Amino acid sequence: MQPSRETLGWMYQTMVTSRRFEVIINKIYMEGKSPVFNMANGPIPGEMHLSDGQEPVAVGVCAHLKAEDIVTATHRPHHQAIAKGVDLNRMAAEIFGKATGLSGGRGGHMHLFDAAVNFACSGIIAQGMGPAAGGALSRKMQGKPGVAVAFIGEGAANQGAFHETMNLAAVWKLPMICVIEDNAWGISVAKGASTSVEKNHVRAAAYGIPGHYIAGNDPWKIYEVAGEAIARARAGDGPTLIEVETFRLAGHFMGDAEGYRPEGEKAALFARDPIPAMRKRLEAEGSFTAGELDALEAEAGAKVDAAIRFARESADPKPEDALTAVFA
Amino acid sequence: MENERKLTIARAMAEAMAQEMRIDPTVFVMGEDIAELGGVFGNTRGLLTEFGKDRVRDTPISETGFIGAAVGAAQDGMRPLVELMFVDFFGVCFDAIYNLMAKNTYFSGGNFNVPMVLMTSTGGGYSDAGQHSQCLYGSFAHLPGMKVVSPSNAYDAKGLMTAAIRDNSPVIYMYHKGLQGMGWLGTEAGANVHVPEDAYEVEIGKAAVVRQGTDVTIVSIAMGVHHALKAAKALEADGISAEVVDLRSLVPLDRETVRASVRKTGRLIVVDEDYHSYGVSGEIIATVCEAGDITLKSPPRRIAYPDVPIPFARVMEQYCLPNADKVAAAARELC
Repeated sequence: MQPSRETLGWMYQTMVTSRRFEVIINKIYMEGKSPVFNMANGPIPGEMHLSDGQEPVAVGVCAHLKAEDIVTATHRPHHQAIAKGVDLNRMAAEIFGKATGLSGGRGGHMHLFDAAVNFACSGIIAQGMGPAAGGALSRKMQGKPGVAVAFIGEGAANQGAFHETMNLAAVWKLPMICVIEDNAWGISVAKGASTSVEKNHVRAAAYGIPGHYIAGNDPWKIYEVAGEAIARARAGDGPTLIEVETFRLAGHFMGDAEGYRPEGEKAALFARDPIPAMRKRLEAEGSFTAGELDALEAEAGAKVDAAIRFARESADPKPEDALTAVFA
Repeated sequence: MENERKLTIARAMAEAMAQEMRIDPTVFVMGEDIAELGGVFGNTRGLLTEFGKDRVRDTPISETGFIGAAVGAAQDGMRPLVELMFVDFFGVCFDAIYNLMAKNTYFSGGNFNVPMVLMTSTGGGYSDAGQHSQCLYGSFAHLPGMKVVSPSNAYDAKGLMTAAIRDNSPVIYMYHKGLQGMGWLGTEAGANVHVPEDAYEVEIGKAAVVRQGTDVTIVSIAMGVHHALKAAKALEADGISAEVVDLRSLVPLDRETVRASVRKTGRLIVVDEDYHSYGVSGEIIATVCEAGDITLKSPPRRIAYPDVPIPFARVMEQYCLPNADKVAAAARELC
């Protein structure tokens, strides 16, 4: 299963959109936070987990998904949200805590919800697993189309929710795919120090389901393996576990000094940045000209700029609206 | 009335679920031992036979997994009824309850609703010790985003269940084991009352004055209501007229019914099988004090579970539990 030219263009442009978004968020996040870094200050307060470097996973998987399909995302959700088609203006506004945000400022960057594209988040490690299985169960019971994808990090594969949900999804043969973004670090703890197996896809054997490992943060390979797993789920053949080797070019969160990384690791990762790598391959294979890729990038940049402008210009929520929307 | 049909709470719950399942295909039940066995406490008996195993699902012993799944199914248009066999087991799955179920409506700004019911058994008195006997009313009622109900009788059990299933917000439905009508747990006969056959709702957030009185208000929920009613009967002989308020819901809390009663009687006793401190009893007393227009004739009292884990030995557990004698003694001191 190989991506069409059109899909490749979408994948590249979506990766660029996500990266441009993170670069701008990074810059704005630091406003008001220097010389003294205080997380509570600036136009974007609170924790901020950027997804730079992990874009191939989001686009390789979401290229196969429609609006009706369900995604549950993590505390690091921007690339996944953008690839799933979450409204970028309202997403940016939510990250700024504005009234026009996806949830009017109640959620913030770790709690992005867009019912229009069946996208939900949880800031708690592995806790998107259960809701993804439940969404898949709902589709199966109602006989409605749609699969559910739970994105988690490699650290989440050591959580009880991961094990409980994989077993449940397997025993009920649910149309669910668990995609582990292995960025090698659970905040400051290396995967090898926290995880009893070298690669988490082998854990699929414990649930009697297929497991795949994809090396190299490669959008083409991710597209291919995810496509097979999603087709399998759509056909009623049950869940699949996929682990993808990826990496984060940012810290765990903004303000992370990353002293735990071995010397030279960051430089080596930047040399493997998946976005220039994809551009190079697209040009080399002749599927896109440099000019066409420039145009895709410009369009992505304009979309991000517009979203940021929308967020900046939007009004703050009314403080007393904090007391609303607790119940349906 | 002798010809009226009486049900146990367990049967009343099952009847409400069955009636809603007949009219709403999105309603389904899942939990441990709720299908073949009909629930350890009898509240899902008969459902598997009528609705089959697609809609009546035995789950693995994976509360985090299946309660999380219920959240996802509810967000996707289903109305799951989920059972947490003993409320004490909340320790293995509370994240799915209070971080997902209770918060996703708010965090999504109403984008997603989570219309699910989490049924869970509460209460002790049968020497099951501290991991199978708690009430934990206050623990659940404290956290915003979930409605909390607990019936004291079969009529309310059916009506509250029907209302809970139809509610678009998550509802914690706490049923007291001692009121279920399961012979092996002992049972409170006063919980078995007339239950109409047709479906009906008991409004969530509305307390009931279950006995009129003029001298003292006794506020409680679930099993405590029966202690209060028995105490009230005993107090008649002493010339003390006790009013009994059955809260029925903890969230939303019907503060006005409590206040109206205490305005009339000027005295307040709260009976709470949950722990003494930081709980429902303190909240009820604060509700009366904050009203501003109520002058108590004597300090409020609470008959609650002492702040200790629940012991096994019969004499120790019974020493700790609220009962009618304790309530009556407190009323005599106040009046």
